[in-house]
Amino acid sequence: MAKIVVITSGKGGVGKTTTSAAVATGLALRGHQTVVIDFDVGLRNLDLVMGCERRVVYDFINVINGEGNLNQALIKDKRVESLYILPASQTRDKDALTIKGVARVLEALKKRFEYIICDSPAGIEHGAIMAMYFADEALIVTNPEVSSVRDSDRIIGMLSSKTRRAVQNMVPVKEHLLVTRYEPKRVNRGDMLSVEDVREILAIPFLGVIPESPSILQASNAGIPVTLDKKSEAGQAYLDVVTRFLGEEPPPRDKKGFLTRLFGH
Amino acid sequence: MRIFDYFRALQPPKSAAVAKERLQIIIARERHLRDSSTFDYLPMLQKELLEVVRKYVAINDEQIKMNIEKEGDYDILELNITLPEESRQVVNGEEQMVNGEYQKDP
Repeated sequence: MAKIVVITSGKGGVGKTTTSAAVATGLALRGHQTVVIDFDVGLRNLDLVMGCERRVVYDFINVINGEGNLNQALIKDKRVESLYILPASQTRDKDALTIKGVARVLEALKKRFEYIICDSPAGIEHGAIMAMYFADEALIVTNPEVSSVRDSDRIIGMLSSKTRRAVQNMVPVKEHLLVTRYEPKRVNRGDMLSVEDVREILAIPFLGVIPESPSILQASNAGIPVTLDKKSEAGQAYLDVVTRFLGEEPPPRDKKGFLTRLFGH
Repeated sequence: MRIFDYFRALQPPKSAAVAKERLQIIIARERHLRDSSTFDYLPMLQKELLEVVRKYVAINDEQIKMNIEKEGDYDILELNITLPEESRQVVNGEEQMVNGEYQKDP
C-alpha cells in the first residue's frame, strides 16, 4: 500500500525542500519505489535541489489539466534507481491545484510507487493545504528557533483539522518531528533551544535531528541530494532518519571521545 | 554531566531558556484558541435549542447554559436547562407539570 508523506513546516527556509530531496533519495536507496512531488507552484525549486532542472518539460499542473500525461512529467533520477521527481509549474499560481486534480494524480502514482513524498510550500494557505490534504504521514521540519517552533505548532493543528483524514474522521495523520539546522555548540552555550526543548513544546513523536552543516549548501549548489554525500554528517543524519522512518534502529555512529563529552565539543 | 553545567546554573538564564518559556506560554494560548474555535457552532446550537425548548416551556436566555470541558481525551458538552419552578407544559394537547431541571451530557 502506497504511503503519502508530506514534508511541511509553516515557516519558510527551514529545510523542507532539502529534507524532501534527502528523504526521498534515502527511501529510494533502500530500494523503495519513491516519487517526490514539488507542491510549491510558482516557486519551483525541488528540481534544482535534485539537479534535474534542465530536464523539466511537463509539470504537475500540466498533468492535472490533462495537458501532458504522468509519464511525460515524471523525471527519472539518473543516480538512484526507483527515484522519480514530479516538478511544480513555474508559471501558474497555487490556485491551479484542486483537491480533485491532486487526488487524480496521487491515485495514479499510488499504483506505481510505495512512497509519495509531498514537498509543501511555506505558509498556511491553499498550496500548503493541498500538499498535506491527502497525507498519511507528516514530517514536521522545525528549526530550534522561536518562529519556526510556533509555526510548526500551527501546522500540527492544521494536520488534525484540514486534512482528508481529519475531515473524514479517519485515523489521524501520523506525525514525525524533524529538527534541522541544529548546532550543538550553541545549544551547549544556552543560546539555542535544545532538541529536548522542542520535543517538549511540540509534543509529537520525534524522528531525528539534522545538524547544521556546510555540506547541505554544497549539495544544493551541485544539485545532489545530501544523502548521496557519504562523508557528510547531515547526509548520515538523514539516512538515520530514513531508517527510523522505516521502523528500524539505525547503526550506532562513532562515539564521542572523553574530552568532547567533558567539554561539550 | 559536564563540569561546566555546575557553573552554568549560577548564571542568569540564557536566551534559549527565555525562548522556551515564551514559546510555552504563547503556544498554550494559541492551542486553547484553536481548540475552542472547533466549537464555533456553539452559539448557533444554543440559540436553536432555546427555540425548541420554548415551544414547550417559557424560559429566557439565561436559563440555558452550555459548556465544553476537556477530560483526558474526551470533550464533554454540558447542556444545562433550568426550567421555571412550576411551569405548565403543553404536550399533545395535555397539560403536564414539569419541575426542576433537565441535564444531558451527550
